[in-house]
Amino acid sequence: MSGAISGYMVFAWSGVLLFGLGLFGFIAHRHLLRRLLAFNIMGSGAFLVLVGLAQDGRGVDPVPHAMVITGIVVAVASTALALVVFRRWYRASGRTDLPEDT
Amino acid sequence: MPWLDLLLGFTLCVTAGLALIARDMFRAVIMFIVFGLLMAVAWVRLQAPDIALAEAAIGAGLTGVLLLDTLGYLRRPFGSRVDNPDDQT
Amino acid sequence: MSLRTVFAGLLCLGVIIALGWAVLERPMPEENLPERVAEAMPESGVEHPITAVLLNFRSYDTLLEIAVLLLAVVVALALREAQPDRPEQMGLDNPLLRAVMAWLLPLILVVAGFLLWAGSYQPGGAFQAGAVLAAAGVLLRLAGVTTAWLDNATLMRAGLALGLLTFLGIGLLVMLPGVPFLTYPAEHAGALILLIELTLTLSIGLTLISLFRLTPPYADDPDDARRQETPKP
Repeated sequence: MSGAISGYMVFAWSGVLLFGLGLFGFIAHRHLLRRLLAFNIMGSGAFLVLVGLAQDGRGVDPVPHAMVITGIVVAVASTALALVVFRRWYRASGRTDLPEDT
Repeated sequence: MPWLDLLLGFTLCVTAGLALIARDMFRAVIMFIVFGLLMAVAWVRLQAPDIALAEAAIGAGLTGVLLLDTLGYLRRPFGSRVDNPDDQT
Repeated sequence: MSLRTVFAGLLCLGVIIALGWAVLERPMPEENLPERVAEAMPESGVEHPITAVLLNFRSYDTLLEIAVLLLAVVVALALREAQPDRPEQMGLDNPLLRAVMAWLLPLILVVAGFLLWAGSYQPGGAFQAGAVLAAAGVLLRLAGVTTAWLDNATLMRAGLALGLLTFLGIGLLVMLPGVPFLTYPAEHAGALILLIELTLTLSIGLTLISLFRLTPPYADDPDDARRQETPKP
């Protein structure tokens, strides 16, 4: 870290903040849909850290790019699966949170 | 200093925070979609057009549709059906 | 509630500080990955470094990723509703959407094809094309258009598994001359990668579409469903 920070590092730091924010939302909320949003925000933060850090001082690096593309597709698949399970749960129990959370 | 990047990073954190604290679930989902679109712009700034394409199509588009569809599902009037035999045939 | 929020706030502050410290104190990696990728590019069979990384240098990751997607669909299939799938009840009942879809669908399919083809020399590729395909499927679903071939269970399952099976099959076939798993011969690499990408696009698109379609239907109250069913036949 010498003097001015690069644009890549700005995004790495934003990623750190986003990860923390997402973790906060994930713990503080009980509504499962809000938790899913928080989890996705955590994931985006992790992706930003991954790409931002790898490119700082090295320039464009295709390896983390490929990993993040893989990660985004897996994230949407897991979100969709979570929504299927959530809707089944809501249908079976009529509630949007888990009983052990209250 | 990269002012544009700073502004974008700050806006990302603000939209994420709004998506997390919004009282109305619909507003939270809309803020999350905005967050996804801003992420796509951030990937362009990180010189990763491939990820920007994937994020715009998936992060903002598909995830948004899935979440909004689930919201519509939650807003339907909800009757008693927990142990209806028709349900599990 | 408030105790929980305070605890969550403290924990997340701690995590942010720990992560920030890790970012500040990180060692510079010894491997220069961008250089290594640039060196290996001529053997990869494609001209776009990210496609080369995804489908050649680190194809193991992509293989496992498509396996994870297949697993997600299998779980969703296991949880699916016993109720018959009625697309007209998922639709938004909006004639404008139907009319626009007739214009939009060919365009979306062309864009998906272009993204897939462009992936070998510029930004694009199987994942983006698959996502665009999935968007077309979701729009069709929202417009309430019935698609007989999507309801054909055997065809659908074959399509879902096609990507993983082709990937695995090609990975195993190239082992015949005695090279390791997933090491494509340099002269055929381009064609093999295009074939894998084609099937991956189809499977990723179908996976995302079926994850959307497998969500429990709107008419979730059996009484409600019966009431809507009886006047129809």
